[in-house]
Amino acid sequence: MRLRITSEHIKGDIIKRVEDLSGQSLLECYQCGKCSAGCPVVNEMDVIPSEVIRLLQLGQADEALDSKTIWICASCLQCASKCPKGVEFSSICDALRQIVLRKRLSTPRMDADEVSAIMVSDAPQMGVVGALRKLNG
Amino acid sequence: MEERIGVFVCHCGSNIAGVVDVKRVAEELGKYPGVAHSTDYTYMCSDPGQNLVKDAIKEHNLTGVIVAACSPTLHEATFRRAGRVAGVNPYQVEIANIREHCSWVHQGEKEAATEKAIKIIKTMVEKARLDEALDPISVPMTHKALVVGAGIAGIQAALDIANAGHEVVLVEKSPSVGGHMAQLSETFPTLDCSQCIMTPKMVEVSQHPRINLMTYSEIDDVAGFVGNFKVKIRKKAAYVDRDACTGCGVCVEKCPVKTESEFDEGLAMRKAIYTPFPQAVPNKPVLDPEHCTYFLKDGKCGICQKVCPVGCVDYEQKDEIIEEEVGAIVVATGYDLYPIENMGEYGGGKYADVITGLQFERMLSASGPTEGEVRRPSDGKEPKEIVFLTCCGSRDPEAHMPYCSKVCCMYLTKHAMLYKHKVHDGQAYVFYMDVRTAGKGYEEFYTRAAEEDDVLYIRGKVSKIYEEDGKVMVWGVDTLTGKKVEIAADMAVLGLATVPNVAAKKLANKLKIHTDEWGFLAEAHPKLRPVESLAPGFYLAGAAQGPKDIPEAVAQASGAASKVAHLFAEEEYHREPIIAWIDEDTCAGCRVCISVCPYDAAEFDEENGIAKIQEAICEGCGACIAACPSASAQQRNLTDEQVYKMVSAALEG
Repeated sequence: MRLRITSEHIKGDIIKRVEDLSGQSLLECYQCGKCSAGCPVVNEMDVIPSEVIRLLQLGQADEALDSKTIWICASCLQCASKCPKGVEFSSICDALRQIVLRKRLSTPRMDADEVSAIMVSDAPQMGVVGALRKLNG
Repeated sequence: MEERIGVFVCHCGSNIAGVVDVKRVAEELGKYPGVAHSTDYTYMCSDPGQNLVKDAIKEHNLTGVIVAACSPTLHEATFRRAGRVAGVNPYQVEIANIREHCSWVHQGEKEAATEKAIKIIKTMVEKARLDEALDPISVPMTHKALVVGAGIAGIQAALDIANAGHEVVLVEKSPSVGGHMAQLSETFPTLDCSQCIMTPKMVEVSQHPRINLMTYSEIDDVAGFVGNFKVKIRKKAAYVDRDACTGCGVCVEKCPVKTESEFDEGLAMRKAIYTPFPQAVPNKPVLDPEHCTYFLKDGKCGICQKVCPVGCVDYEQKDEIIEEEVGAIVVATGYDLYPIENMGEYGGGKYADVITGLQFERMLSASGPTEGEVRRPSDGKEPKEIVFLTCCGSRDPEAHMPYCSKVCCMYLTKHAMLYKHKVHDGQAYVFYMDVRTAGKGYEEFYTRAAEEDDVLYIRGKVSKIYEEDGKVMVWGVDTLTGKKVEIAADMAVLGLATVPNVAAKKLANKLKIHTDEWGFLAEAHPKLRPVESLAPGFYLAGAAQGPKDIPEAVAQASGAASKVAHLFAEEEYHREPIIAWIDEDTCAGCRVCISVCPYDAAEFDEENGIAKIQEAICEGCGACIAACPSASAQQRNLTDEQVYKMVSAALEG
């Protein structure tokens, strides 16, 4: 089947949500594949990390959300430390997991934008993510 | 005088000495007739090595020198200089190549290699024994240059040569200078307006006291040789006395005929009498007889002549041939786009909304047909989704051109960016195979397009474009995910291959300069002589030599200009004397030499009934010498006698 690409898709709500939650700009990724090459659990993934980002760039959020990859990712940050463009795939993966846990609701019960600056700077990153999961899952 | 030849065997570190027994070679040659001195040294090309040669020349009163070392293409000049300094004529200094021709190719056969080295050197001793003392040939030179083509490369070359103090004739076939650069909207990677940076140079070139600008003119014929070209320039009939014309524009305004504007790439109309664009230099019209009613309908119309306040429209004007003498020729004939009609699978030439990169440039240009607004050619609507296609006809050895056109990645990126600046809610897509951004600031520019202007780059070549429901449907693939994709776009812009223009190909034939198989001008050496043609006196600038962006074209033009200034730095032109000569006593006047000479250097002396070689033109290729049935054609310092002796030495023992 031929995939129809439109500006509605590539600027879709869920794509924007991924960028908001992860704090990452998807178009900064230039698809070098270094994240996938360095990922210690890539062999267990059904879609490699760089391809997950590519699907999001093309506006194909469902395929990214349905992948096993986002549950295999152990958030070891190897990808983030290797990325030449400073894109953190691990954060994108966190965002995708959250969206799935929230049953793909477009309006979350606790919005990431409402998390205070103090909480972000003082609490560990995974703690903040955990709080969001707990309140939205 | 008895020849006293010195032989100097170089070790070249272990390059030669690791294989060839250099001591034995020097010893053997010391016994050879005519050799007065023979020795060896680690690096003969080093300062001590050269001094060894110079000192030996003086000490042993040598009349000739053989340096047995590497290829003469490397150090012949070095040792000829050394010889001259020490008192031996440079043309009696010879190189025996015992490296490339011996040690490097016989590494496992030391004994045989040593024997071969001895023979190679002996043949050169035989040659040197009969070498004459020669002087470089001096030819008078016209210190004036011809520059063909007045795009950015030709303009830059003309300005640089003129500013170096030499007269320049600048010939441009279209009615105005400026070339393709004048058509561009903004330039990557700085987005400065093309015309804003171009027009000052256009004005300067037209007002420079040492530049004779001839627009609407073409090269008819070129004869002669470096330093002494005779050029016939055809000043095409403009049917307007462009000297008397004030450029008031009334004729253009009143002309009732409209036809497609070449400058606007067919997106707008021009009159039959026209100036191509508002900033044209000179800003004076020409009349196009192929569309003018007066010419098509036997003298009917004539409005332009009636309204011209200075009476300078002249329907009887004829082409004029102007002769110029020049010493050097810079060819800057530029490029064209590969015909869009050749891209059948993209509907090129068939769908109004599938356009060329240059058409999109005109559309983006503030002085263009849409005054800078992006509009679909079919219905004038603002396109909300545009697809840009790189490599249209490039990197396609099967159906189109095999080479990379170099500028398309960057200009399509610029297009996508400028489109987004004009249509904020629009979406640009670029299909690419590789995004090639090899230039200062180019990668950053591309990154900006992707990150700040949300241009979506899709890796894959488009397979086809078709029209459906008022959209252009683009079928491609995203090779990064392996998914087939389609985009219902409002418009598609093709990054067509860059090709040399048709007129330039014909001109290259006329000038007898080499081109590659695609018609791009061939440089003398791809790395070390990139701005010269192999034919002496011809220099290359801009995209006529290969696809180039503006900074590269300008750099090459300045390089070509500096080569011209280098040539003109001497009063006369000096060239190698290793050329052919005719023995007047034996020449029967059969003219075979004339028929085989590729440089037109051999000519017939009617008075004496024999052939003559023009020293200034002969390249010493030897074709006439091989062809002459009476052995009257001979090469200086490579006569038949020398060759026989060299062969005998090689076969001896």
